[in-house]
Amino acid sequence: MAIIDPGHAARQLVYERIFRSATFCAAILVLVILGGVAVSLVRGAWPALQMFGPGFVIHEVWNPVTGKFGALGPMYGTIVTSAIAMLLAVPTGFGIALFLTELCPSWLKRPIGIAIELLAAVPSIIFGIWGLFVLAPVLQRHTQPWLIEHVGSLPFVGALFRGPPFGIGILTAGIVLAIMVLPFIAATMRDVFETVPAMLKESGYGLGATTWEVIWHVVVPHSRVGMVGGVMLGLGRALGETMAVTFVIGNAHRISASLLAPGSTISSAIANEFTEADGELYTSSLIALGLLLFLITFTVIALAQWMLRRLERQGRGGA
Amino acid sequence: MRLNSLRACCLLAAATVFAAAAGASDISGAGATFPYPVYAKWADAYKTLTGVGLNYQSIGSGGGIKQIKAKTVTFGASDAPLKEEELTAAGLVQFPMIIGGVVPVVNIKGVAAGQMTLDGATIAAIYLGEITSWNDSRIRKLNPKLNLPNAAIAPVYRADGSGTNFLFTDYLSKSSAEFKDKVGADKSVQWPAGIGAKGNEGVANMTTQTDGAIGYVEYAYAKQNKMTSVLLVNHDGKPVAPGAENFQAAAANADWAHSPAYDVVLTNQPGAASWPITGASFILVYRQPSDPDAVLGALKFFAWAYKDGGRMAADLDYVPVPPAVVALVKKTWVSSITANGKPVWSEK
Repeated sequence: MAIIDPGHAARQLVYERIFRSATFCAAILVLVILGGVAVSLVRGAWPALQMFGPGFVIHEVWNPVTGKFGALGPMYGTIVTSAIAMLLAVPTGFGIALFLTELCPSWLKRPIGIAIELLAAVPSIIFGIWGLFVLAPVLQRHTQPWLIEHVGSLPFVGALFRGPPFGIGILTAGIVLAIMVLPFIAATMRDVFETVPAMLKESGYGLGATTWEVIWHVVVPHSRVGMVGGVMLGLGRALGETMAVTFVIGNAHRISASLLAPGSTISSAIANEFTEADGELYTSSLIALGLLLFLITFTVIALAQWMLRRLERQGRGGA
Repeated sequence: MRLNSLRACCLLAAATVFAAAAGASDISGAGATFPYPVYAKWADAYKTLTGVGLNYQSIGSGGGIKQIKAKTVTFGASDAPLKEEELTAAGLVQFPMIIGGVVPVVNIKGVAAGQMTLDGATIAAIYLGEITSWNDSRIRKLNPKLNLPNAAIAPVYRADGSGTNFLFTDYLSKSSAEFKDKVGADKSVQWPAGIGAKGNEGVANMTTQTDGAIGYVEYAYAKQNKMTSVLLVNHDGKPVAPGAENFQAAAANADWAHSPAYDVVLTNQPGAASWPITGASFILVYRQPSDPDAVLGALKFFAWAYKDGGRMAADLDYVPVPPAVVALVKKTWVSSITANGKPVWSEK
């Protein structure tokens, strides 16, 4: 007990102060960077926003020759491709995670787990090239003609699957995105499911519940918050993904009813056009697109937070 | 361990400083991506010859123009010529450095390279979505001997902003008033029909894997990938095949002498052998440079490339600037690029 030494205590106090202000600075830095991004985006986008006003987000025209720009096409593409990706990846990721934690024989657990982590490590350009050279021809020759023939003739849903089979387009971009976000969703959900206390599950089994009942009444309710987190992580990546989408979306600033038609996303438009954009208005319109993506992502995250808050409150209320 | 890494850091920092000092006499430039392979090859040969290196950032023409205006580089490079007013306003002078061509390619069952003939108005109608089948009467009229299928046409365009797009749309705008009106000429345009692919490789791939597709790529790309190129009816009404001599014919027949700012687009030039979608890539430097020595270094490199770079350019399927035009460019250097009232460049 010789450590009670006034000099030592004073030194510790100084260290503590230094450490505290260092961590505080690190935390503030995030806010400063975020604020800086927002300010420079608004400043860069200002000429375009001033020129087009709110019309910028409701017009579909994107014509560098006449200098008329509207963001509706890329916004539509961004949201629809991400929606398709979520539609495909969330159920699959959920299934993978459940299988791995609850149903999988233990010798298969590691290989599948590693495969998912490897999938997350593949660079997006590889997905783009694979999508263009491998997936697109298959879709063009087999999947899309079938969709056009059998689904395209149906009322309502049919409108989504009409037109020539190009192989690339909104649907292809959605599929590639789904594959890209799948590992994030699956891995997060798996980790969340693994945190469910074994005692809870075993109590369920002890009460005579089937595996199905344990999954739906114990595991899933216990992991709701984490599951939403995983989905949002995936959605965030899908919204901002650039390279892979640019390769397979068809890059047309048009809105078509059909999912087989080419479209564009905000990030693909910026990637395609920024290097050769000359003139203040053109560059500024592209920056304004970036600002919109910033706002869309911000809204999505805010919504997610709000949902999490509500789920937590419900969880407490139910308990 | 920690000491070691500290020492390594110091060494690295010293090495960086030293490298920066050694590279101080290097020529710096930025801009167009299209001529990058040939500039890189020239730079390599020039470095072995003279010890002077070239630091060229192929960031795109738009970026090159921005960088030269911000005076962060000695020269800028652009695939599309700047207008005379813009040059005057910025105090810049431009000249053509290298020539290339854009080639329409098709994928139609039973049609081989060089068998199909098209003209600008017909291609414009295809890209406007007006001609939708390969056995349309306008295509049949140009190709009476070909047995054309009743297959849908899938137009493929370059989605990323590029000099290739500029040349192609400029050619179509010159050939069709309707195209000029509805689409216009630029490095990116709003295409009314078709599908956009990224880069030459994207357009080439989409065209080869889609039945009935038509696309357009740089000549080197079409040649090296043995794509099905078409003949084009040129300004003089003659069908011509894409090739180095046809690009050079277009460049030689253009009216450079009467365009002091060299703002000539080489599309649709007169001459029986001229390939109609030819274009030059340009260099931009200041008329009164703040660092005349750096500009002189760059001009020496360009003069060497004009004189000795032709074979290297041809190896990469680019076309050197015709000698008559080189003579004009050198006159411009003498008359337009000055420091303290004296020309920076002099032919020794």
